[in-house]
Amino acid sequence: MIRLEKRPEPSRFWTAATPILAVVLTMIAGGIMFALLGKDPVAAIRTIFWDPLFDPQFAAYSRPQLLVKAGPLILIATGLALGFRAGVWNIGAEGQYIIGAICGAAVGLAFYPMESWIIFPLMVLAGALGGWAWAMIPGVLRTRFNTNEILVSLLLVYVAEQLLASMALGALRNPEGGGFPGSRNLQQYPSAANLELIPGTGMHWGVVAAFIAVIFAYVLLNRHMTGFHIRLAGQSPRAARFAGVNPTRLILLCLGISGALAGAAGLFEVSGPAGQISIDFNVGYGFTAIIVAFLGRLHPVGILLAGLLMALTYIGGELAQFMLGLPSASIQAFQGMLLFFLLAVDVLTNYRFRIGKGAIT
Amino acid sequence: MNLGAIDPVLLIASLMVAATPIILAAIGELVVEKSGVLNLGVEGMMITGAICGFAVAVESGSPVLGFALAALGGAAMALIFGLLTQYLLSNQVATGLALTLFGLGVSAMVGQAYRGIKPPATTRIDMGPLSDIPVLGRILFNHDWMVYFALALVACVWAFLKFTRGGLILRAVGESHDAAHALGYRVVPIRLLAIAFGGACAGLGGAYISLIRVPQWTDGMTAGAGWIALAIVVFASWRAGRVLLGAYLFGGITVLQLNLQAAGLPVPVEVLSMSPYLITIAVLVVMSARQRGAAGSAPAMLGRIFHASS
Repeated sequence: MIRLEKRPEPSRFWTAATPILAVVLTMIAGGIMFALLGKDPVAAIRTIFWDPLFDPQFAAYSRPQLLVKAGPLILIATGLALGFRAGVWNIGAEGQYIIGAICGAAVGLAFYPMESWIIFPLMVLAGALGGWAWAMIPGVLRTRFNTNEILVSLLLVYVAEQLLASMALGALRNPEGGGFPGSRNLQQYPSAANLELIPGTGMHWGVVAAFIAVIFAYVLLNRHMTGFHIRLAGQSPRAARFAGVNPTRLILLCLGISGALAGAAGLFEVSGPAGQISIDFNVGYGFTAIIVAFLGRLHPVGILLAGLLMALTYIGGELAQFMLGLPSASIQAFQGMLLFFLLAVDVLTNYRFRIGKGAIT
Repeated sequence: MNLGAIDPVLLIASLMVAATPIILAAIGELVVEKSGVLNLGVEGMMITGAICGFAVAVESGSPVLGFALAALGGAAMALIFGLLTQYLLSNQVATGLALTLFGLGVSAMVGQAYRGIKPPATTRIDMGPLSDIPVLGRILFNHDWMVYFALALVACVWAFLKFTRGGLILRAVGESHDAAHALGYRVVPIRLLAIAFGGACAGLGGAYISLIRVPQWTDGMTAGAGWIALAIVVFASWRAGRVLLGAYLFGGITVLQLNLQAAGLPVPVEVLSMSPYLITIAVLVVMSARQRGAAGSAPAMLGRIFHASS
């Protein structure tokens, strides 16, 4: 009989090894899934994980895409991880991302066609504020009325999507767009465009912000009292209360930071890679970022690596769709599977497997 | 604007149809939460049920078989969750989210082949003279059999939780798993049963959307119904009867806003479309503000991990 024995403290080895193990297991299970779809599993896995980086034909295009896709994922996941560590579950990052994009783009479009260096910083500010405000709704409802923040933040995603549709069709529609939905293309408006900073790398301001957020989060969690409070509140809410941690402040802080970062990510996306507010401008980064946060073990540096890996599955997935005719949704299933395996093997971090009958079963 | 075009009788009749998927998913989740497990993957199980039911019904031509397989598909998804949370002791919130993300992906993948197809029609129950009663007949006795099945299920769950020994054990496990364990009840198998039941119900709810309510397959067609079902369990204060009330309230708003859109109310369509979600949030706020005083009616072990040796 196999039973689990709790470790006195989490294993350091497995903390680092479980994400790698999960990725390997996902590759195997994903290979089986691709085989069931009638594709060559080895070719599919190679197309997703190897070809975007090293294939001479595609690497030139794919490598810059890595940073473009990883930027928003890392930015959002870093914020979410702070909350997850404190036991504050903001799963509506997708909504905050949309609202951030709308607010930021609205500020940019309000200045059109004026040119000034101040416009882009103002847009970033507006985007972050928009995301922050959207996250404050579940935050205030939670602290004032004890409403479950998981449900409220998630339901607000659907509200945000409707708002996005109404903006793309109404207030923010391009007046010179011939009646088509969607705003002006911000990339053609120099003061508001979030262009590539170093040609050929995919590096834009959003990626810079993501790196800064990672450093900031690392310092906060490891060197700052607030970071200690966040970790304490997550591991032992009772102890945190005795230590004088103010739960209201902590909830609002965690939701606020994650909302602001998600909002900023939305703005960087709409003014850069996406270019304009359109009905379906959001592609689910807010949800994928949840996987990134867990894959990175809620640790800023881990999230950096996890974000790059997840970006790779996006690019590789597109490539596999194009080369092998793999259905586009299969990559979403693949990412979901990764989170499953990650949570499953996580048991090794906190527990030990013992074989044979113990004293108490 | 033409509000006169809205027929109140038809409105109430379609309210019952709109509420049915939510009733099914919410009553399943209620049982799961009563056993002390928080499964946030309702949306994922619903969409899995929706595509399983749709695919099977189209291939076999039998909606009944479709519903049966939808229940099975939902339960299978739920058991992945059960395996992870009960045996591998993973975090229930994160695992539930994984279930939703995975379910949305898998269903879209399988569903590719089924876009733009019409499923076989589900038979209406012939109630004979009952459905000829002027107003009541059209509201109550003129639906497909799943509507009545959902209502019967709510009654069964209510009776099970209130009157049977099994219901008592289930609630004991949810209120204090350590005490239930000490009494010799097998916490993990009981919870797995509850989780599988919840998954089957969510699967049925999803299939109801794809086979009867819409009836068609589109990616992500449950559109948050699973999350609303979760909210309705909170609204219902974990009581079976109130689930019905919550689902009808939500169904009523959904149907009403659709009717108002059709009637051309001078309000943007998007505002009407977001109203069901906004009202769900509002109701959630009111209920949670009220429950705070009475020490909460949530099962005490909701979301806690059970590990026997600790």
